[in-house]
Amino acid sequence: MQFLSYLVRGISLGSVYALIALGYTMVYGIAKMLNFAHGDIIMVGGYVVFFAFCQGGMNPWLAVILAIAACTLLGITIEKVAYKPLRGAPSLAVLITAIGVSYFLQNGAMLLWSSEPKSFTSVVSLPALNLFGGKLQISAETLVTIAASVVIMVALIWFVNKTRPGHAMQAVSEDRGAAQLMGINVNGIISLTFAIGSGLAAIAGALLLSSYPTLVPTTGAMPGIKAFVAAVFGGIGSIPGAFLGGILLGIIENLSKAYISTQLSDAIVFLVLIVVLLVKPSGLLGKKQTVKV
Amino acid sequence: MKKFICVAMTGALAASFVVSASAADAIKIGGIGPTTGPAAIYGTAAMYGEQIAVDEVNAAGGAVQFDWKFEDDTHDAETSVNAYNSLKDWGMQILAGTVTTNPCLAVGAEAVNDNMFVMTPSASSQDVIDTGDNIFQICFTDPNQGTASADYISQKGLGTKIGVIYNSSDAYSSGINTNFQAEAANVGLEVVANEAFTDDNSTDLTTQVQACKDAGADLIFLPIYYTPASQILKAANDMGYAPKFFGCDGLDGILAVDGFDTSLAEGVMLLTPFVATAQDDATKAFVEKYKEVSGGDVPNQFAADAYDVVKVIAQAGEQAGITADMSASDICEALKATITDPSFSYDGLTGSGMTWDASGAVSKDPKGMIIENGEYQPIDEAGAEASTEAATEAE
Repeated sequence: MQFLSYLVRGISLGSVYALIALGYTMVYGIAKMLNFAHGDIIMVGGYVVFFAFCQGGMNPWLAVILAIAACTLLGITIEKVAYKPLRGAPSLAVLITAIGVSYFLQNGAMLLWSSEPKSFTSVVSLPALNLFGGKLQISAETLVTIAASVVIMVALIWFVNKTRPGHAMQAVSEDRGAAQLMGINVNGIISLTFAIGSGLAAIAGALLLSSYPTLVPTTGAMPGIKAFVAAVFGGIGSIPGAFLGGILLGIIENLSKAYISTQLSDAIVFLVLIVVLLVKPSGLLGKKQTVKV
Repeated sequence: MKKFICVAMTGALAASFVVSASAADAIKIGGIGPTTGPAAIYGTAAMYGEQIAVDEVNAAGGAVQFDWKFEDDTHDAETSVNAYNSLKDWGMQILAGTVTTNPCLAVGAEAVNDNMFVMTPSASSQDVIDTGDNIFQICFTDPNQGTASADYISQKGLGTKIGVIYNSSDAYSSGINTNFQAEAANVGLEVVANEAFTDDNSTDLTTQVQACKDAGADLIFLPIYYTPASQILKAANDMGYAPKFFGCDGLDGILAVDGFDTSLAEGVMLLTPFVATAQDDATKAFVEKYKEVSGGDVPNQFAADAYDVVKVIAQAGEQAGITADMSASDICEALKATITDPSFSYDGLTGSGMTWDASGAVSKDPKGMIIENGEYQPIDEAGAEASTEAATEAE
């Protein structure tokens, strides 16, 4: 029973990682860039929900929708201002810019909202699920987060495979130049990708903070990095891979905290990552790429 | 050119000595702390605290009168040394500072050379007093809070099975924990769970709380800052787990977290030198004066520490019979002898019966506070009230 409750906590943390990793993998898969500012967009989403819902008393659904709108707008703006001018530049330049944007967002948040921590009220107001006569408790936040990540994963797979913009995304991902020659608006598609990724970040922010309520300007940073690891773990670029990677990472982290060492949990998580990448360099569900020389 | 500057500076220095020697009957006391920059909140509070104390000392009209000046060091070691030199040029004879640890180490090294008496309100690292025998602290060194906590818990019988959750990536927290563990073994407290987290994996602290719950801890010791503590309180509440919680001065501030459900903090106990909402007369009077001086702010622990520093120096100075025409070094020797004398003790805002040994570390009874109805109450008084209530009910 103890094991089960640790497992559930792991899945709970993992589902948050999964949700964030979906945004990472989406942007990487299509725009072929690591958006390190993703974690900080989560933080901005968190603040929007905090001010609208926790302090403003707005309906939680409306607050989350407002946060999605704000983050989408922010994501598109960042893409236009910081990444688009570097479209032809080496990927290293874009990576550094992304780190710059990440710091910009963190420090901007510190200026605007101060570094004083804020305590988040859960947007989920359902009761917890009690199993085995109350011995195993699964919080409503966990259930909602898992459900949200599954729904979003399925919706993304459907969107990418079945719709016209989705097909265009795949084309851009395969070969940007060829896609452009086929009449696809590459910049538009990349903007759309960022819009979707940032919108997901807002949802992830609201659910992350509902489970783990401390909101500071660096809230998004560490979960963002862990989610990036999860995305690599599952195979970056692969949507189901991000989900699987996130859940597994959460479980490994929590079980190693529970049974091995609370201090070494991160080391163990990254060790597992290294082992997986040694055995399967493209990640658990990543596509094997054959490179012609 | 260099030589010229050197000569000019020596000249200036000599001139300043002349000024200080010929000054009137007020002893020149200097303060250094960050009143701008990232740690401004601490330095500003200390400045107001010192100002209030100096005014009180002068108004009381005792044998020791102060002429006081406060310099900003922006929490930077080099700036702090510059501030120290500029105060020396002004004729400083005693230093009530500096507020933060790293600048205090740098200034301390200078002060040792000058044999200047230094008492820091809040630089709590052990290194600070190790710098020299002329440097004294009024705050507990960080690790000593762990020893004091274990003693307090055992003396008051607050818990028998102790769980600890601490931040292993933070020197403050792990230092307190190490001393707590050692003292807990001495006084016979059973530590059933010792759980750590790091800054990097502090997103989810529920596993640590779960481990304490599974180990059957009836009191959880939290030598951490208030942000992770607020998460732990919520996690325990979600689990339906209600042990006692006990922390150190890092927990001060938990009630001010935006959006935090303060009812979760009901009954949380902490050892802290000073809380502004405590209801004793001395604190109330100080808070009142502080609001006047600062334009409406509420004093924090640093303000009270700095206030006590000036008051201690005044009391020791009167006993030692220091006068304004003595050199800084003579004053230092006189103060050192008086303050480390076993018969010397001081009662202030941040503790009663304070004494100092030659190391410069303070020894004082820690004040235990408990959060009741969203306010800090001294544990003893709260307990007394509770027992009177119980007695009344029994009747």
